[in-house]
Amino acid sequence: MAETHERPPEPFTLRLRRYDPESGEAPYWDEHTVELEPHRSVLEAILQARDRFDGSIGVRCSCRQAICGSCGIRVNGEPALACHTHLDAAKRGARAGVIEIEPMGNMPVIKDLIVDMDSVHWKKIRRVTPWLLAKQPVPEREYIVPRESMVDVTQTMACIQCGACVSDCLAMEVDPGFIGPAALAKAYRFVGDPRDDQQFERLNDLAQDQQGIFDCTHCFKCVEACPKGVNPMGQIMRLRRVATADHHIVDKNNGERHEKAFASLIRENGLLWEAELLPRSYGGNSWFGKFAPPAGKELLSSLPAIVKALMRGKVTPMGALKPHKIPAADLRSVRALYDKIEGRKERYELNLYIAGEDEAPSQPAAGAAAQQAPSSGEASAPAQAEPEVGASL
Amino acid sequence: MKVAYWPGCVSRGFTPELHGSMARVAPLLDIELVELDRACCTGAGVIAEHNQELADTLNARTFALAQAVEGAEMMMNICSTCQGAQSECQERLDANSEYRAHVNASLAGEGLSYEKGLTNKNFLWLLVEEIGLDELRAKVKRPLTNLKVGPFYGCYIVRPRARLGIDEEHPRDNYLDLVIDALGGEVIEYAGMRKCCGFPIITMNKQASLKQAGRHLGDALDADADCLVTPCPLCHLNLDLQQPLAEGVVGRELGMPVLHLPQLVGLALGLEPKELGLNRHVVRPTSVIDWSTSVIAAASGA
Repeated sequence: MAETHERPPEPFTLRLRRYDPESGEAPYWDEHTVELEPHRSVLEAILQARDRFDGSIGVRCSCRQAICGSCGIRVNGEPALACHTHLDAAKRGARAGVIEIEPMGNMPVIKDLIVDMDSVHWKKIRRVTPWLLAKQPVPEREYIVPRESMVDVTQTMACIQCGACVSDCLAMEVDPGFIGPAALAKAYRFVGDPRDDQQFERLNDLAQDQQGIFDCTHCFKCVEACPKGVNPMGQIMRLRRVATADHHIVDKNNGERHEKAFASLIRENGLLWEAELLPRSYGGNSWFGKFAPPAGKELLSSLPAIVKALMRGKVTPMGALKPHKIPAADLRSVRALYDKIEGRKERYELNLYIAGEDEAPSQPAAGAAAQQAPSSGEASAPAQAEPEVGASL
Repeated sequence: MKVAYWPGCVSRGFTPELHGSMARVAPLLDIELVELDRACCTGAGVIAEHNQELADTLNARTFALAQAVEGAEMMMNICSTCQGAQSECQERLDANSEYRAHVNASLAGEGLSYEKGLTNKNFLWLLVEEIGLDELRAKVKRPLTNLKVGPFYGCYIVRPRARLGIDEEHPRDNYLDLVIDALGGEVIEYAGMRKCCGFPIITMNKQASLKQAGRHLGDALDADADCLVTPCPLCHLNLDLQQPLAEGVVGRELGMPVLHLPQLVGLALGLEPKELGLNRHVVRPTSVIDWSTSVIAAASGA
């Protein structure tokens, strides 16, 4: 970035999505060319366009240093903080050199680049009870908790509520009631907090809700969208893990059954057996599970696809009835790994957001690194994997 | 080139035509496949959700097996989801030597050990980065002239960019477009090309899952695509196998053929549709193939 400071102002063309629902007019595109140094932000360009060419451009901003979360927009189709996106970078990612600016998605537009965060984002945040439900009796002074137990939730605490992840959530696109990445990351902030008294209740609530933790499609959009590295999808996976592994919550959305069926099929065969995964996900892991009413109902509703697949020879009856397996000796090894790792008292989990990378690229001999003594990484961030908080409670 | 080949589970289960077509296409591209038949499922993100260390260890085992293949230049997979799940585990294993040593200790019983820095590429990446588009173009025997192909990437192979090594030098999230073009086809851009097929929630929220598949197929139809092509067999399940159900959810006829990447490559390299298993899809690829002559044609209605 340092070298760009020296560069003189140059022209940047913005293509702005304009829309005023109160006007009765359809949305349209507006183009303005501003002159700014390349290291300046997209926000500065929008503000200059507003000051010089059209005072009616609607944009929301406050701190201008990527901490208040007010200026979430879409730049060239990707979510971004306007104040945190350099003009030269935006231009590099633009079609024909024109930077495309739109309001965030999944939320109604109030005017131009301003979306209604209240009706979507903040409602969803309130949905997860975003405050501490403290253990009683409340101590007279502060809570004393081990430092390590709070490190775990710092990643979710980095959220600035900009709504970028909500804007891009693909599950919400087809299912607007999905609680969504920002709110569920916030939920983990309290689920992972050792001072909170309602871990089970919170998780049970979010697991039983059809638009809760099991409605996430695992598309990584929120991971990519977040300007603060919160990794909302990762937090949703942790919520699922604590709900299923620690609390054994069996939800009516098949979330727990699906995870269990998947993990056990790999343990049994080494490879996935799709024809068995479905009935187990609906009816549970026992052999009789496939005769459970939900499994039968699912089979019936899927008949059109199944019949076609059989007719076309895509799936043969033998292929469906017999699993693929890895060789017996390897299967034994895989099962031994399952037994060893699942048998641990505490899950061993590495969060790179907290642990960081222990090997700087300048360090010598990457190949030999595997043989290094355990203390080798101490100069950088703590290299120890934090045991999951949920497990230690 | 010789590669340690990880075919994945679904390519041998519900989409056997994918594994089969890869085997046909590989020799035409001078790729020698050494199948990792001892390796187990990547977990597709579900095992990592269940227990992160277990997923990392199972995949480290696969990586170690790949590194033990003599003369292999790298590991190759044919499944976006495998790529994504493996890349996630590899990111943790490569970042932290202590963690890697901890995981390797579990593998020691089998005499296996993963050394940091494995190169693992999806067939799509290998096609563009190792074989090269010029070389691919030169091998085309039956260009996909007038065929309008919509790329469907699959989430796991385009996000998160940093983990997957996507940058200005390696625009991997654009490679499918480049390959379609190199094979002589016309790239059709449509809204859903880098979105989620919905498959991961098919057992949890079937309506939402099929709505995603149906919407993307409909968008491609509206953009005038003759067919889609995908490097992900799980996307193929939701887009092809479940298409009759997706039609019901979005309330429109779709009839959109979906090809696996090796099938599209194979057609252009002169292989017959049947060898590539194109007769085994739920949605007949009639818009792609004139069955009487095996010559690729544009949509009959066009």
